[in-house]
Amino acid sequence: MTAEKVPADEASGIAAAAEVPDRAAKATKVPDRAAKAADSRAAVEDDPHWLPLHRDSLKVTALLTAGGAFSAGVPTVIGVASATSWTIALAWVLPATALLTAAVTAFDALRLRVTRYRMTEGRLEMNSGLLFKRHRSFALERIRSVDLSAHPLLRAFGLVNVKVGTGETGSGSGSSTEQSLVLDPVGRAEGERLRAELLRRSTVNDGTTNEQRLTTWKTSWVRYGPLSFGTPLLAAALVGGIFQLSDWFGRGGLPVEIVADLVDRYGPWRVFGIGVVAFVVAGAIGSLAVQAEAYWNHRLDREPGGTLRVQRGLLVARSLSLEEQRIRGIEIVEPIGIRSASAARLDVIAIGLKTDEPGSDLSTLVPAAPRDVILAAAAAVRGPLGSAELVGHPRTARTRRLRWAGVVALVIATVVALAHLLWSMPTFWSSVIVIVAALLAIGAGWLAVDAYAALGHALEGKHLVARQGSVRRSTVYLDRAGIIGWRISQSVFQRRLGLMTLDATTAAGRGHYAVIDADAHTILDFADAAVPGLLAPFLERLPEPTAQVSAGVDSPSPR
Amino acid sequence: MTVTGTRLRPPRHRFDPRCVGWWRTQLALLTTPVVVPLAVLGVLIEPARTWLLLPAAVVATIGLAATIALPVWWHRVHRWEITDDAVYTLTGYFWQTWRIAPMSRIQTVDTTRGPVQRAFGLSTVVVTTASAAGAVKLEGLDAEMATTLAEELTRLTGTTPGDAT
Repeated sequence: MTAEKVPADEASGIAAAAEVPDRAAKATKVPDRAAKAADSRAAVEDDPHWLPLHRDSLKVTALLTAGGAFSAGVPTVIGVASATSWTIALAWVLPATALLTAAVTAFDALRLRVTRYRMTEGRLEMNSGLLFKRHRSFALERIRSVDLSAHPLLRAFGLVNVKVGTGETGSGSGSSTEQSLVLDPVGRAEGERLRAELLRRSTVNDGTTNEQRLTTWKTSWVRYGPLSFGTPLLAAALVGGIFQLSDWFGRGGLPVEIVADLVDRYGPWRVFGIGVVAFVVAGAIGSLAVQAEAYWNHRLDREPGGTLRVQRGLLVARSLSLEEQRIRGIEIVEPIGIRSASAARLDVIAIGLKTDEPGSDLSTLVPAAPRDVILAAAAAVRGPLGSAELVGHPRTARTRRLRWAGVVALVIATVVALAHLLWSMPTFWSSVIVIVAALLAIGAGWLAVDAYAALGHALEGKHLVARQGSVRRSTVYLDRAGIIGWRISQSVFQRRLGLMTLDATTAAGRGHYAVIDADAHTILDFADAAVPGLLAPFLERLPEPTAQVSAGVDSPSPR
Repeated sequence: MTVTGTRLRPPRHRFDPRCVGWWRTQLALLTTPVVVPLAVLGVLIEPARTWLLLPAAVVATIGLAATIALPVWWHRVHRWEITDDAVYTLTGYFWQTWRIAPMSRIQTVDTTRGPVQRAFGLSTVVVTTASAAGAVKLEGLDAEMATTLAEELTRLTGTTPGDAT
């Protein structure tokens, strides 16, 4: 069935399964229902308003499957051939590849046959599913984002995938899969038409008619790529890849032998140094490539009618349109690496944008770029941000962070000491471990101080501003009108230090944004000022230091 | 501790006194499946008796102490209040959390009753907003009162226009 083959349709297949018993029951009760359904399907297929997906999808699917089967087949062929002979290996793998490709393509043909969509007055509808029929209907006014993307093969055939998202972030089972509708694929021109039509209704509420360019990509921005956390990860992946490759050829231990050989010849320190340099260089090249692929030719535009549009990508062309009405704020993110180069990134806090999935970069409005560019873009999206200094947090917040650093240093010291007691270590490894441990402990202390320096909050115009973090410093500008509740917390440790964490809940982005470790008393006044009236009935102000803490459960407060 | 500035007053109401019994049952149900198998095995398997009965005794002691003391304490600490404008709760002692959800932003009001809860005549009212982090739970209200409250909340939130985001 289609659900197993096409990832985009998987969710719909599963969700539709729940409806099936009901339908099956109806079908058995009323035999001619099935005939009617067949008629209506024929009608749907002939109806000029019901549009099919693009036929060229078959070619793309066939090529992709063949490619995937081929790349999986190579190690298999090598493996089988080393045990038997090349002829036998090919005789097994080639027909399997052909069969797989044919089967997957046939399934795709069926999927294309049964999938139809149409846009009527006020609704976008889609019929899909081979065994589990599914009809979905989206109210146009509920559509919050339209996301076009095309990997190189789709581009070669002039196709795009269209993902239509609604603002629903509701809880409950399966809600996350219910929110988006994917047309995989349609022609590029059709995709652009859909994008324009689906978000067009908002043209009425805005006088602007011209497209406005907010930021334009500069090639030099890729230089921030290697400063990301991806660099060590990519380098590690490369090392893993080398081991995997040598394992395929039945020589899994080869890299270790080579290194041992080099150590014998040049001494451990030189090899270690060169290894570190090679690791960093490989990671830097990898992350440079990743950054370039993801953000090449990035553009942020404001389109007529209050829609933001992000276009980017070198191989996979991506386009995200976002209704500005659904934006509840922005986040200026400065991870430690790009912050050291005075750069930052601009994320958007919007309703209906899935940002909590790992690795999701959908919420990125502007990638790593010089701070000035980011601030200008932020102001262009949200209006003037104000330049008032943020209110710092009490010194005790620093005490708290230094204590954490102390605990980390203690744990590291204990581990190192235990390791030395339990195993006898060569001098080389012993020195490496001690040096790394010392660097980690110093790093923890520095992070504590830096994290304290980052803490701050303020009210600037329509925004609540909150800054925190050292490894990932982030300054959130949250729309005060978008705050839909408070979650205030205080641990027993915070209570002793006079600190409190104020969490503003919102329908957008991560769902809540916090001001952490602020002064336990002034932060409440701050919250009260940020959303007037909400907190006030639950506050009591005690002006005199001698005031008795006696507000019991049943004694009404003065307010 | 000197209090000189603004602070949050605790919500007005405690939860239903029957909660103590409900929480005790829950804790007992949590402890029993650990203690009983250990004890039974300890009686049956002679060579390992010490190593089975000892943990059983430790778990049973901790469980019993928790079952007796914790619910009373929770009943004192957890508070709730509903005004015309907001739902307000306070939970926890070592990690205190105050939650405030304005009436105008409430999306759904659910009432749930677990099997044990039902035996004690209690209900839970869950008030959700459009934020995944914004739900406010009132666990352990008198069942009839919970129904009335939920109806009242639904009526109040129904009058607010907009999609509460």
